[in-house]
Amino acid sequence: MEENLLIIENIEKAFGSQKVLDGVSFKLNKGDVKVIVGPSGTGKSTLLRCINLLNPPDKGRIYLQNTEITQLPHSKIPSIRQKIGMVFQHFALFNHLSAIDNVALGLIKVKKMNKTDAYEKAMFELKRVGLDQHKDKYPAQLSGGQKQRVGIARALAMDPLLILFDEPTSALDPELIGEVLQVMQNLAKEGMTMICVTHEMGFAKSVANEVIFMEKGKIVEQGPPLKLFTEATHPRTREFLSKISELYGESEKK
Amino acid sequence: MSEINSNLFFLFKNMPLLLNATLTAILLTFASIFIGMVVGILITFLRIYGSKITKKIVFAYEWVLKGTPPLIVIFIFYFGLGKYLNLGPFLSAALALGLRSSAYQAQIYRGAVLSITSEQTEAGLSLGLSRAKTFMIIIIPQALRLSLPGFTNEFTIVLKDTPLAYAVGLVEILKAGRDILNQPLTQSITGGDITGTLNPFAIFLVCALLYFLLFEVFSYLLHFLSKKYEIPGFVTDKETK
Amino acid sequence: MMFFSKLVTYIPSLLKGLGITLELTLLSAIIGFFAAIFLVVGVLYGNRFFKILCNFIITIIRGTPMMVQLFLIYFGLPGINIKLSPLTAAVIAFIINSSAYQAEYLKGGFMAISKEQIEAAYSIGLNKWDAIRLIVFPQAFRFAIPALSNEIVYLIQYTSVAYTIGLPELFYISKNFASKTYMNLEIYLFIGIIYLIFIYIITKLTDIVEKKLYIPGFDTSHLK
Repeated sequence: MEENLLIIENIEKAFGSQKVLDGVSFKLNKGDVKVIVGPSGTGKSTLLRCINLLNPPDKGRIYLQNTEITQLPHSKIPSIRQKIGMVFQHFALFNHLSAIDNVALGLIKVKKMNKTDAYEKAMFELKRVGLDQHKDKYPAQLSGGQKQRVGIARALAMDPLLILFDEPTSALDPELIGEVLQVMQNLAKEGMTMICVTHEMGFAKSVANEVIFMEKGKIVEQGPPLKLFTEATHPRTREFLSKISELYGESEKK
Repeated sequence: MSEINSNLFFLFKNMPLLLNATLTAILLTFASIFIGMVVGILITFLRIYGSKITKKIVFAYEWVLKGTPPLIVIFIFYFGLGKYLNLGPFLSAALALGLRSSAYQAQIYRGAVLSITSEQTEAGLSLGLSRAKTFMIIIIPQALRLSLPGFTNEFTIVLKDTPLAYAVGLVEILKAGRDILNQPLTQSITGGDITGTLNPFAIFLVCALLYFLLFEVFSYLLHFLSKKYEIPGFVTDKETK
Repeated sequence: MMFFSKLVTYIPSLLKGLGITLELTLLSAIIGFFAAIFLVVGVLYGNRFFKILCNFIITIIRGTPMMVQLFLIYFGLPGINIKLSPLTAAVIAFIINSSAYQAEYLKGGFMAISKEQIEAAYSIGLNKWDAIRLIVFPQAFRFAIPALSNEIVYLIQYTSVAYTIGLPELFYISKNFASKTYMNLEIYLFIGIIYLIFIYIITKLTDIVEKKLYIPGFDTSHLK
């Protein structure tokens, strides 16, 4: 039996009186690419933020490599977050640092690497996302797609066990989406473990090995993309996926 | 214990003096703000519609008044105009603080006026109003309402500048406190004399409290007014000092 | 003119006074800045106790006149057995006063930064204080620069108030001149011009500092 990289057990979270996550569970293995879809406000982003403990769940447990991370003392949390990468919808690049400084910061300040090694690794990751030419540019000087790719490089630099993608292309102009999806596809091919919240159905169909449909804080249905898109069991799943497929269509393959 | 009692008693005895001083501070604030408003609106108009030279003069005026320490402006007025026109401390201070405030208020009004579209001005002119009349009847009423948050800030700043008038002899709260402190403390209640000195810490704490009270009351009032009169749909600027 | 001939004899004293003015301004601005950091971090990131305490301090200080605070420290403290020299009292009063205002300006800078910045900092494993120090503060500071430069201008103007407690700064010396020569208007106009010159110099200097610290994306010219 393969060791699960990540186990989510009965996660519940409420904001005030609003219950956003109502008993969510799944397992994640190394190399998995899971795509979470669903109507807005169903707690998808919240789920990701529970996993890296930005907003810890009210109830339920999360296990990373068989160690429970939900009951950890406050001081141990940063070390767990090193192992989980996150890519944000609005990029969240550190505005006062250049692209390469953004990527190297975690290496220098968290992993305590020396500057030479850190910048070498940072350059490697920037090359990987195709932005080595722009290493000295500040976020304000980059396009949306470039910013997001730097965000991905920043997450990659920490050599995480998995990367969480929170609607990575939702804030991008249509013509910039492709470059980001291409990077994500390459990562998946290279075997990176990923959980993506996205509306990009083309990406889900071609890259994911499981699609999870969430609504009202619960997982309605999950399964391989082909199955979900063509013969989903639950009527809501079929309804949502067909609507979404109409809207977003296939992602462009570069 | 008796020290606290004698302090309290003495303060109570001097309540009328303190209340009078508080009133003076309030009056000075209002007078200065009023002068600042009148002149401020005038120079806003000049800054926007004036000739090149006028604009330069106004810019210089604002720069000088914002850059000279208010204490010095008060002294210049008191020993300058005051001497020739026999103005006295209240008017000298009101003019000094007023003109200084006019420079800051002009900045506030200018921001507000600039955010009102030129279409408004064109509409006024097309009705046959002169530039000045358009400005006064159409632009200013809107601009003033937009300026309320910045104005609230300016009001409290002027209030906090009133103790400077102490230096030219105006009996506002701080001077009253100092005067009370310097009074000989002998007063019999039950027949015996209370000797000892009024604690200076106590009296200045009271002065601070009085000013703080004024500050809070006026802040609240102005905030209430600005919420009441704000134009729905307009977003106002953040305040700076 | 008789004024200028008399003025020349006062130049050494005036220079001394100017020295004290500048000393007071710089000390208050710099130490006030660090005190302000403590206050603003307390208000925004502290536990409940520090939040309330720092907020309280800022509100009280910004709600009372500078001169009253100065009097309280110089004339009031002896009432509870703390006697200070005019310079010490002035420095303490100005530091306290400036720290509250600088804290508000820094707070404005902090509030202008989106929550995502600190989330991103956490996501790469930074702890709370490193995130504040390395990510949030450098950005907040840049947003606050215009207001902070205004504060230095404000400080140099209000050092004149310290004459009331006998501190021989520039205005005190000029008042001395006035009382000896009765040339009130002349000396006050002259001193006013001196202050203006220094404010001009300071403004130019802060402009240079701002240019040096400039990062694309942090355009604050609209805040001036």
